[in-house]
Amino acid sequence: MVSINNLQFSYSKKATIIDQLNLELDPGKIVGLLGKNGAGKSTFFKLMSGLIHPKGGSINVLNETPFQRQPSFLSKLFLVPEEFELPPVTIKEFVKNTSPFYPRFDQRMIVELLDKFELKDNLNLKRLSYGQKKKVIIAFALATKAELILMDEPTNGLDIPSKAIFRKIMAGNFEEDQLIMISTHQVKDIDTIIDHLIVLDNGGVIYNESIFDLTQKYDFLKVQQLIVAETLYAEPILGGYKTIAPKQDQDDTQVDLELFFNALINDYKKFI
Amino acid sequence: MEFKNTKSIFTQIGDDVKDKIMEGEYTEEGKIPSTRELAGIVGVNPNTTIKAYAVLQQEGIIYTQRGKGYFVSQGAKETIINDRKEEFLNEVLPETVEQANKLEISFDELQNYLKDLYHEEK
Repeated sequence: MVSINNLQFSYSKKATIIDQLNLELDPGKIVGLLGKNGAGKSTFFKLMSGLIHPKGGSINVLNETPFQRQPSFLSKLFLVPEEFELPPVTIKEFVKNTSPFYPRFDQRMIVELLDKFELKDNLNLKRLSYGQKKKVIIAFALATKAELILMDEPTNGLDIPSKAIFRKIMAGNFEEDQLIMISTHQVKDIDTIIDHLIVLDNGGVIYNESIFDLTQKYDFLKVQQLIVAETLYAEPILGGYKTIAPKQDQDDTQVDLELFFNALINDYKKFI
Repeated sequence: MEFKNTKSIFTQIGDDVKDKIMEGEYTEEGKIPSTRELAGIVGVNPNTTIKAYAVLQQEGIIYTQRGKGYFVSQGAKETIINDRKEEFLNEVLPETVEQANKLEISFDELQNYLKDLYHEEK
């Protein structure tokens, strides 16, 4: 579904943002895309959705070249950007005018999702807060049933109860033939809904693995005393340490995404 | 400080189904939510609920009927009780005794306390 080879992109000659990026992805996953500020996450989404042209390498998404922006391509993809403008119309009008571009659009689902987010469709988009607009566009994105949905910081601006609703909506409305990618810094907002992790650093993919495989490879433990020889990464906490160690116990532990991310940024070669 | 390590999400989902069988919310031969429904109810990835159900199936706790969904197996409750009993006797109890030793609680003292607790439960 996504096939990328040696992708290269920069806005100026000095700073390369995407550098030799390689990635292959199949549908049926909800992917968490993590990276530090400036790691290239948003740029990467723009390249995947055809908003900007690569400077080198090849990129194939949904069997098309994104930057050609064929209608067939655009109808199969939806990008929820971090910053966006919506027209000054009611939610109902927005849905009516925009949904025809998406052949698989589910009119029943949009009604249901707006209801879950407690949004009435007679509200005018220009009167909504940033968080409310975000909910409209998230609900719309899912209702398109687009094969590829990219979400850039979707939980930014959502209040606390809405974040739980977001998780339920994402988990309950995802089809096998879809690929959803969520870029975020709020790992706690998405750690139960993603089943695949990709980490970007210095413009390239430094980690690409399913969450299940992660639980089979490593133990995420809280210990009082550190056994350095058995520990891949540790951070001090009250009364001891949070650690990542090669899996020993039969029982699986819950992946601590924040800890794992820090460990990768510290030295990702330990985990390859 | 004693730490409890958190089990993986798919193990937690399996434990939750077992709890519901133990408490009688799910009855033997009764239908339970589909993997998709459960994913939406608790907000976890559907692939995780699929894995959790696969493990429960292997353990003989639930079974699937093609096109109809998932059901609790006959005798599931007994299986769960036996497994948990074993876990209690082999893991929870030794830990408790270790704690008691550390705190210099004598066997007699512990026994008396346990007796009282048992009376309260009844």
